[in-house]
Amino acid sequence: MKTEQLIDLLTARAAPVSQQYFGRRYAAAVAAGTACALVAMLAALGPLGPRHDFAVAMDHPMFWVKLAFAAGMATLGIAGAWRVSIPGRPVRGVCQALGVVAGSIWLVAAVTLFEAAPAARTALVLGSTWRVCPWLIAGLSIPVFIAITWFVRRMAPTNPRRAGAMAGLASGATATLIYSFHCPELEAPFFATWYLIGMLLPTIVGWTLGERLFRW
Amino acid sequence: MERTDGKAALDAREARLRTLLQNGLAGDGGEYRAFLEALASHLRQFLRRRLRNRADDVEDLVQECLIAVHDKRHTYDIAQPLTPWLHAIARYKLADHFRRSRIQVATDDVDVEIDLLAGSAEDATDASRDVAKLLARLPPRQRLPIVHVKLEGLTVAQTAALTGMSASAVKVGIHRGLKALAALVRPRR
Repeated sequence: MKTEQLIDLLTARAAPVSQQYFGRRYAAAVAAGTACALVAMLAALGPLGPRHDFAVAMDHPMFWVKLAFAAGMATLGIAGAWRVSIPGRPVRGVCQALGVVAGSIWLVAAVTLFEAAPAARTALVLGSTWRVCPWLIAGLSIPVFIAITWFVRRMAPTNPRRAGAMAGLASGATATLIYSFHCPELEAPFFATWYLIGMLLPTIVGWTLGERLFRW
Repeated sequence: MERTDGKAALDAREARLRTLLQNGLAGDGGEYRAFLEALASHLRQFLRRRLRNRADDVEDLVQECLIAVHDKRHTYDIAQPLTPWLHAIARYKLADHFRRSRIQVATDDVDVEIDLLAGSAEDATDASRDVAKLLARLPPRQRLPIVHVKLEGLTVAQTAALTGMSASAVKVGIHRGLKALAALVRPRR
């Protein structure tokens, strides 16, 4: 086909388009994925409901640090997944901000470990739930990952692996935010380690699947 | 290469294309057609420079890019500059093309944003004719590495395999050849 004919064809199919509409679709996709993860935690996983001593935990400052960490990572991840979907939009700033948030929690964890008695340090890192924590986070991230992937595929990610990793991180961080309402742990060294591992699992999966999911 | 028309001309081109696309996205078919036509000629020139020995591929890839821009036009935010968006799409489709033809190129070589809108189609052809003339004056040991690595985007290893030269001879050839070219174009006094 001649290029002129192609342009005729494309012009004939051109209806008004706005990016804002897709912004709303993204918000809807993230909300739907998050709702599914929330329902999964509350219902399907029964004992995974919010912690029974929720009111007590809320008095603990570390509970809020934990929540801020998860919320910060989730917000930045979701913003990052939007940016990787748009050609020519830099993501460096988002990555740096993610580094700052993760670095801050590492700093808090390091101070906590430094101040603790050497014998108590292992227990601070491992808590009582380290065996399940990253896997539960990875599990809860699945519906969010599906929702974000559905959206990103409709956009135009120009670096499929990076898009996959960012979609994974966004879903992992959102799942962490949900999970943190259940999680009984209140020590920074614990969530600086295991929450981050929980977020990195879907990130690695996304990176691996990126080429297959996001080619266009 | 030819960067004779400065930043102002590029800005003007960006502004013109952007207005055309904005009106096109709002539903003006005539403006949208004008946008696609202008884009096609910029793309043709951008891609010609990178697919020198594969002239048939150029038009295919121009069309592929046009389709991509059309299909993904909803990802363009009218508040943002247009050039980086267009450039990222063209670069993605070009890299995809190389990937499919199993030629690995360092996509960084394709990274100069200004290239896409630089110069008109005419002066690109003129420039490449001049370059070909100059290259012909180099010995093959310098000419071939420059043609394969710098113009076609092959890697040093691929060029070595293609020409039977060693990898270090390819690198030396590029280095000496570029120096010789620079001497050829330097104004004589």
